[in-house]
Amino acid sequence: MSGVPDRLSPMRELTPWIWVLAWILGILFVLMLIAGASFGGALEGFLNGAFGGRRYAYLMTTLSRSALIIGMALSVMLSFRAGLFNIGGEGQLVIGGFTAALVGIAMPGPPLLVTAAGIAAGMAAGALWAMLAGVLYLYVGVPLLVGSLLLNYPARYITSYLVGHPFRDVQSGLPQTHLIDNASWLPFFPGTRLDIGILFIIATAVIAIVYTSMTVHGYRTRMTGYSMPFAQASGLPVRWLALQTLAMSGAIAGLVGAIAVFGIHYRYADGMLVQPLYAWTGIVAVLLVQMVPWAVPLSGFFFAALQTGAAGMERTAGVPKELAITMQAVIILFVASRFSNLTFEGTRTETEGGDGT
Amino acid sequence: MGLEALFDPAFAGSLPRFITPILLAALGGAICERAGVFNIALEGFILVGAFAAVCGAFFFGSALMGATAAIFAGVLMGLLFAEFHLRRPGDPIVVSIALNLLAAGLTTYLLRTIFGVAGAFRDPAIVGFDGVRLPLIEDVPLVGPVLSGQSPLFYLAIAIAVGLHLFFLRHRLGLRIRAAGENPAALTAGGVSPERVRLYALVACGALCGLAGAQLSIANVNLFVENMSAGRGWIAVVAVLLTRGRPLPLLAIVCLFGFVDSLSFRVQGLGWPQQFTDMMPYVATLVVLVVLSWWRMRRNA
Repeated sequence: MSGVPDRLSPMRELTPWIWVLAWILGILFVLMLIAGASFGGALEGFLNGAFGGRRYAYLMTTLSRSALIIGMALSVMLSFRAGLFNIGGEGQLVIGGFTAALVGIAMPGPPLLVTAAGIAAGMAAGALWAMLAGVLYLYVGVPLLVGSLLLNYPARYITSYLVGHPFRDVQSGLPQTHLIDNASWLPFFPGTRLDIGILFIIATAVIAIVYTSMTVHGYRTRMTGYSMPFAQASGLPVRWLALQTLAMSGAIAGLVGAIAVFGIHYRYADGMLVQPLYAWTGIVAVLLVQMVPWAVPLSGFFFAALQTGAAGMERTAGVPKELAITMQAVIILFVASRFSNLTFEGTRTETEGGDGT
Repeated sequence: MGLEALFDPAFAGSLPRFITPILLAALGGAICERAGVFNIALEGFILVGAFAAVCGAFFFGSALMGATAAIFAGVLMGLLFAEFHLRRPGDPIVVSIALNLLAAGLTTYLLRTIFGVAGAFRDPAIVGFDGVRLPLIEDVPLVGPVLSGQSPLFYLAIAIAVGLHLFFLRHRLGLRIRAAGENPAALTAGGVSPERVRLYALVACGALCGLAGAQLSIANVNLFVENMSAGRGWIAVVAVLLTRGRPLPLLAIVCLFGFVDSLSFRVQGLGWPQQFTDMMPYVATLVVLVVLSWWRMRRNA
């Protein structure tokens, strides 16, 4: 099945993609027919919702959402490329965001320092949560895929409890914390409704791309990802490398949570980081471009536009915005089936190995 | 809090409602695991089954039609998995992640478009399963309330668990499924295509997960809620991984998880914060996973 010939004519290379596109458009069309919307109206609503609005307000929404998705995607990319299938980004994101909000509310001092401390605390908390999954994997033998995923639930419920009881803003009537003092908010770019959180993500993207493709440390973690026994035989401290990678991955997820708190919501509200599926969209964004670092930001932007566009389609054409999630899944299915090198081979042997029977 | 306050007949009677969905899904996962398909899309399979069950029960006015619709929908998901993993070289984990997302998106989308509601759909026209009363057994103390008055899917699930054990042990297809997982080359040499056997496994898994969804939406309650599978598919995946797809140990561990699940529901009434009780099944799963992994690692060391 994977016997792809060396040279393909451009036409033959394109044909499968045309089929994929036709399938996706066909599915989209059927789903819209069910919702009873006109294709033209839906398309207009989609484009306006993703890129338009008064003074480009929706484009700003798309950009700020893509910052969060790209951040989660970078977090996942770092660990995936090292062969560490950390799908616990959601838990790391939630813990990071919650910790950042607590620091933002409780810490006295100059506003800038509060912001910096809040972001740092969020990153540290995310890193620790990821390392917990890492320790269970490396020292106890719990498969990372399952362990990191299961840790999402305690993260979600513990923060939900804390924000619902001890740290609740009782006057607001919702399970959410108090507002952070507005001097500590991340400022907007002048004349826009976009906060500077995206700069942190751009910086992270540059660092992550340089790190994975140009540094010795990045090369070593990648080698560990390709073959752990080989890396071990070469004398690399594979466990320590894996823990470091997971810590970095979790720290980026924590950063995303902190940016959402200081730049968008100015508080932590129950479910605000879970329901928009930032973490899962980040995973999907990385899979779409087969973990190629420089393409991850583009893919993250694409999915953010898909989601905000779908919201616009709901506003104007009445097509439920869940269409976006469905399309995300369909796109990944078709792309995954085109690329046999898009695999989690390492994890499979990890979980199946050595049956006692 | 006294123990007798917890373990009264009503509590015992609620146990199967928590065990059945996880057990059905886990049995489906076990078939895949033994056939060598790493299927972690159980969560999505269940969700689609739950939605289809409500559709069937609503439009045809019968629980049986609901269950049939759930099986169909589950099988469809299994076929999708097969199409993208067996026929095309998609990685099973990537395909699983995509199918889980697809289920979450599609059920919510269809809930809005077909029934015009968001969040939850409840309607008197949804005909759910009634409890099956077993005449003599229901009078036995302690066991009676557990064994009698349950949804037919509970009895089916137990029967399938025991049957699957014999099936893997004795039946030709059962042996082929095991061969597809353990030694596909031997199977090919014997003139049987492992891919085909895996396709059967995925279809069976889809049907079982569909029934798991039906238990959630038209036996435990009579409504559909967005994301009502709520992590049960993942608990089933863990149960399959821990037991490596052997039906009888699977039955035991699922009973444990189901017990914790129902216990969590129970202690909620005793004034514990809801978040802690909701968390209990996952923490219990994690604890069992940690203990067994640690034990296995020490034994292998």
